[in-house]
Amino acid sequence: MTDAIRPDSADALAAIVAEAARDGTQLRLRGGGSKDAVGAPTPAARIVDMRGFSGVVDYDPPELVLTVKAGTPLAEVQALVAEKGQMLAFDPFDHGAILGGAVGEATIGGIAAAGVAGPTRVSRGAARDHLLGFEGVSGRGERFVAGAKVVKNVTGYDVPKLITGSWGRLAAITELTLKVLPAPRLRLTLGVAGLDPAAAISAMARAMGSAAEVSAAAHLQDWNGTPLTATRLDGFPSSVEARAAILTRLVDGIAPLADEEAARLWPAIATAAPLPAGVPLWRIIAPAAQMPNVITATSGAWLLDWAGGLLWLASEDDPQPIRAAATQAGGHAMLVRADAAMRAVVPALHPQPKPLAALEERVRRAFDPAGVFETGRF
Amino acid sequence: MPAPDEAVLARRGEIVAAMRAIVAGEGVIDKADELRPYESDALTAYRQPPMVVVLPETTEQVAAILRWCHANRVKVVPRGAGTSLSGGALPLADGVLLGMARFNRILEVDYADRLAVVQPGVTNLAITRAVEDEGFYYAPDPSSQIACTIGGNVAENSGGVHCLKYGLTTNNVLGVEFVTIEGEVLRIGGRGLEPAGLDLLGVIVGSEGLLGVVTEVTVRLLPRPETARALLIGFPEVEGAGRCVADVIAAGIIPAGMEMMDKPAVHAAEAFVQVGYPLDVEALLIVELDGPAAECSHLLNEVEAIAKANGAVSVRVSTDDDERVAFWAGRKAAFPAAGRLAPDYLCMDGTIPRRRLPDVLTRMRGLSEQYDLGVINVFHAGDGNLHPLILYDANKPGELEQAEAFGADILRLCVEVGGVLTGEHGVGVEKRDLMPVMFTETDLAHQQRVKCAFDPELLLNPGKMFPVLHRCAELGSMHVHRGALPFPDLPRF
Repeated sequence: MTDAIRPDSADALAAIVAEAARDGTQLRLRGGGSKDAVGAPTPAARIVDMRGFSGVVDYDPPELVLTVKAGTPLAEVQALVAEKGQMLAFDPFDHGAILGGAVGEATIGGIAAAGVAGPTRVSRGAARDHLLGFEGVSGRGERFVAGAKVVKNVTGYDVPKLITGSWGRLAAITELTLKVLPAPRLRLTLGVAGLDPAAAISAMARAMGSAAEVSAAAHLQDWNGTPLTATRLDGFPSSVEARAAILTRLVDGIAPLADEEAARLWPAIATAAPLPAGVPLWRIIAPAAQMPNVITATSGAWLLDWAGGLLWLASEDDPQPIRAAATQAGGHAMLVRADAAMRAVVPALHPQPKPLAALEERVRRAFDPAGVFETGRF
Repeated sequence: MPAPDEAVLARRGEIVAAMRAIVAGEGVIDKADELRPYESDALTAYRQPPMVVVLPETTEQVAAILRWCHANRVKVVPRGAGTSLSGGALPLADGVLLGMARFNRILEVDYADRLAVVQPGVTNLAITRAVEDEGFYYAPDPSSQIACTIGGNVAENSGGVHCLKYGLTTNNVLGVEFVTIEGEVLRIGGRGLEPAGLDLLGVIVGSEGLLGVVTEVTVRLLPRPETARALLIGFPEVEGAGRCVADVIAAGIIPAGMEMMDKPAVHAAEAFVQVGYPLDVEALLIVELDGPAAECSHLLNEVEAIAKANGAVSVRVSTDDDERVAFWAGRKAAFPAAGRLAPDYLCMDGTIPRRRLPDVLTRMRGLSEQYDLGVINVFHAGDGNLHPLILYDANKPGELEQAEAFGADILRLCVEVGGVLTGEHGVGVEKRDLMPVMFTETDLAHQQRVKCAFDPELLLNPGKMFPVLHRCAELGSMHVHRGALPFPDLPRF
């Protein structure tokens, strides 16, 4: 692997990309490297370190809009908005802990590029729902903007959604504008122990379908030795109290968790921390009602987030049956963590049906005709 | 208007016959008087009867129509209910108008996974009607929701008064069945929360019918909030109302809806529906809060205190649902009320950073004097989405042109202060030529190449959204800035 290049201006980055396009070389975009161990190893690609683009461009809390350079650390962004009583409502988290790397290196650009969203994604939307606009450099070596810096906009194609979760294969994001929201005054977690997966999913569906306005719901196969189904209520104290009463009427045996335990629980769920390390880790997204079938069809340790719509599975099973079970359930499976040998042969992203894959390929070539960003990682 | 493609017009008989071979009976319309109802959408300043209207009923028919049109290089304009305010469904003289109204069935409701699978011709409100007995609803609520279809909502990424809290269409759609111009049927997204691979659904929603034709939509359903209550707040100056909005949000409150009306709009609405709006105020705010009863009553007090701290001279709090609905009745009557002040009006749709509101309203008054045309303002205050209604009389020579020039100046002003051309109505024909105000040629080329990835022959709804349509082959080169060609067969009105 050659040394990383670290441009400090969008023009410099544009020149680097244009040169790579002419030379037929590949560039791998990198923020803090927290997700380096996702996807196939790419020894030939040159790394572009995006941390030269750092700092806040504009933040006016009552506008609910934050514009920030892409290489700014996630932790810094979260601290900034927290200071103003706000949050990134899609609940992004650092992959460092999952992938055995350092924690605190993840950048906001990397979060957008990977479409990272945590437990409250089920109620408040994903990274794509909060990325209002961006500036970047496409694979053509051209600077361009898409979207805008206001919360409501339908001018032109919604390219910010397309770029979110594209894993650096369309463009290098240099600056992004995010919607921010007020942070809740109070968080209360209610849990019930001992449910099996089907009963847990059914209980979470009832909770999500009620007026309790549940912000997150998860089920752990093993939390302190027993299964735990947890639901979280966020908001003003009087509201949380009223909604907790709704939940206790709705789910037998559900009761508040101590704040200290709840504070440990949700970050653990976001990063699949209770699952064994050193085992391949899959992230399976499918309709919640189908998830018990996926659990039955596979072996390993697991936990369910997003009210059952996300299954984190730590499994030594062959990839093929895991992906088949996900497909069968109407979903897909991403290989998040594995050793380099496995990642070299098993694609991280779930393979798409052929016509869809062809369309995706055409869209990628539209932004990156020379394949500058096609490093073979995905 | 420039002449459409004569070669295509000359083949009209053959094209109609081909459509009849795919869709039988009354599903193909080609008589001049029967084409008339399709000549415009809700942007009635622009009219053009289509060459032929086709009303398919099945995905297979849609695929066959598109396949034939693609093979024969015939343009296609998709249409839902025709309620677009930006001319998104304006027909082409040499194009097939593909009406999706017959796709009107709700296919499945799944309360466990909180979703509904519907055909695109189902109206927005019909989804809520189908699930409300079980305590659910579909959140985006464009003002035309009684008529507009979910397929049209997907095409335009429609909003509504509740989208600050609940999002636009794009935040409430899980998946679509989608037919490409080649006639290929694709499933994009599904019933899970996120699709695999690139977020193509993200660009399909809001693509204004330029990328493909949606034949099925899976939407998210939400549980209906326990209660909803509203405040009606009058301010002696716009600045105070603007500060109140900012302070409500700064207090951590995201209202379900937060609307502002200026004095002329208040007077027009009150004259129209007589709901008891205060007439001695410069700005009126409607703030709606929803959720558990305990939350609503707590927040009502907080909002009232914030309003008074910002100089509110009148505050009314709804005591029951009838009163809440009455608060809204005036706001919802703003458009027909404008229709009483002048024979015609143009509705603009820019979004601005809210902090710029007083400045923008002042400059808008200046423009109103300059153009000698009245303007009344209603405003989705929570998200900065302005709806100035420009009053004019189309029967007075030159007044439509003046009104359009005034509107364009307003939208330029929105962009100048850091905002955008359209918050929820779409670009369509109306704002197409203003796109370069907001985007450089390179920015637009990056968007147009997305179009080329889906529709390289530019057959789907050409003439909408992009001011200059580049040939895809020219866009394919590394440097495109010399590649622009004026869109030769595009009607210019």
